[in-house]
Amino acid sequence: MPADTANAYTDTDAGGRAQGRATVGTGTTADELIRFDRVTKRFGSNTVLDSLDFRVFPKKHVTLIGPSGSGKTTILRLLMTLLKPDEGTITVDGTPLSHEERNGKLVPAGEKHVREVRKNMGMVFQQFNLFPHMSVLRNITEAPVQVLGMSRDEAAERALELLDMVGLKDRSDTYPGRLSGGQQQRVAIARALAMRPKVLLLDEVTSALDPELVAGVLDLLRDIARTTDITMLCVTHEMSFARDISDCVMMFDEGKVIEFGHPEKMFGDPEQERTREFLSAVL
Amino acid sequence: MSEITPGLWEILLDGVWITLQLTFLSAALAAAVAFVTGLARLNRLRIVRFAAGVYFEVFRGTSALILMFWLFFVLPLGLGWQLEPMWAAVLALGLSYGAYGSEVVRGAVAAVPRGQHEAGVALNLPPGQRLWRIVLPQAWPEMIPPFNNLLIELLKGTALVSVMGVSDLAFGAALVRNATGQSAPVYTVILLVYFVIAFAMTRGMRVLERRARAGAGEGPPRRAALSPRRLFAPRRRAAAAAAASSGGERR
Repeated sequence: MPADTANAYTDTDAGGRAQGRATVGTGTTADELIRFDRVTKRFGSNTVLDSLDFRVFPKKHVTLIGPSGSGKTTILRLLMTLLKPDEGTITVDGTPLSHEERNGKLVPAGEKHVREVRKNMGMVFQQFNLFPHMSVLRNITEAPVQVLGMSRDEAAERALELLDMVGLKDRSDTYPGRLSGGQQQRVAIARALAMRPKVLLLDEVTSALDPELVAGVLDLLRDIARTTDITMLCVTHEMSFARDISDCVMMFDEGKVIEFGHPEKMFGDPEQERTREFLSAVL
Repeated sequence: MSEITPGLWEILLDGVWITLQLTFLSAALAAAVAFVTGLARLNRLRIVRFAAGVYFEVFRGTSALILMFWLFFVLPLGLGWQLEPMWAAVLALGLSYGAYGSEVVRGAVAAVPRGQHEAGVALNLPPGQRLWRIVLPQAWPEMIPPFNNLLIELLKGTALVSVMGVSDLAFGAALVRNATGQSAPVYTVILLVYFVIAFAMTRGMRVLERRARAGAGEGPPRRAALSPRRLFAPRRRAAAAAAASSGGERR
């Protein structure tokens, strides 16, 4: 674990509240990669995120834990712009996600602005969401070619490197329907990485897998966490995985971060009763 | 009562040709209308959805025959020039069946899982590319069987044009009947001709569907669409085959 994280959890932000803004990593506001300011999200009368504040500095690996319905997945979906917050601001690498400046005025973000900010993020889904009508290779090359303007050859070369990394180089011509769940998820990871995101959002990526396929996917993610600079936000129920890769674990309940800290502390000696209850139920 | 002479057979043959032309042209227009309207009904802008919805309801709710008459007899009063009966027919059929078809397009596009759209967003594909490269290729195979139904409806609907004097198959049949005084052989032949055309269309659409499903990753293309054994074989869902082949690991 990086040494700087041990003392990193005090909020230096002027607007921070009594409990302290959940902060992962150290640095100035300018260095922040992800920042949530009083973000509220409701579905009907159900408040899923309640004035949430947190920030994450680059290269950190954050695991979000908590009972189902506590808003963990919503955070990832907000960052991926699959949802819009009802209140508050999300800032990615210094740029607000939901607003842009036009003629000196802050206006709701247009498609172009959103796509510019979205470049920073990649996401892996619980249900893989591979494109069934494209070969494995095409699944990985399509966006680099269409969005980043890469040539087909270059994109294919890079895709094969990524497939090699995820151990599926020999399946590049196969269609996703012919792969196991674990293989599909590894392709989905390669597909997300092909866009060179700064942040990788992992949404319960092993929950839809048969038990014997889980380890392969988690090992791959451990490798990626160890060998790359990518920032990870990870919603998972795999606590040993969370312990291995995380710089910080955030415990959510009822739309708020009720506790956060180094995994050793969180899993070994949590302060909140609610965290203890949750962990004893899942461990 | 007299024989059906070679000249009369020729009238029927010409009628077949006109019917095929009408079907093809109307179907092309209907397909264009169906895609534009069907996609507009899923547009994120409310006004676009509303306009497309109005079109759909109006043209679904009007009789193609009356629409044809209206285009032929009423429209000239406003425009000052009259459409050829053939084109009035193509327009009326295309607009009507396009409205029905828009429901097919809308349904098939809406049935593509949400996760596919979301994966497209996560890869930062622009909205147009998400539709063109991800959603439509998956929706297309689902559209083909209902499109086939509409196509056959349309083929039979072309018989309406005979009342406006377009010399299609039904019009030819009436001529031959008047000339010979024989109803039974003429209408029996015509009945069969419509059936044969419809059947050929169905076979063609099935080949198209099989190819589309293969292209959508639902299994390899199958051969021999026209072999006698397959011609009457019960239809198998390619999707079921694909699901079986991917084994039990996908939940």
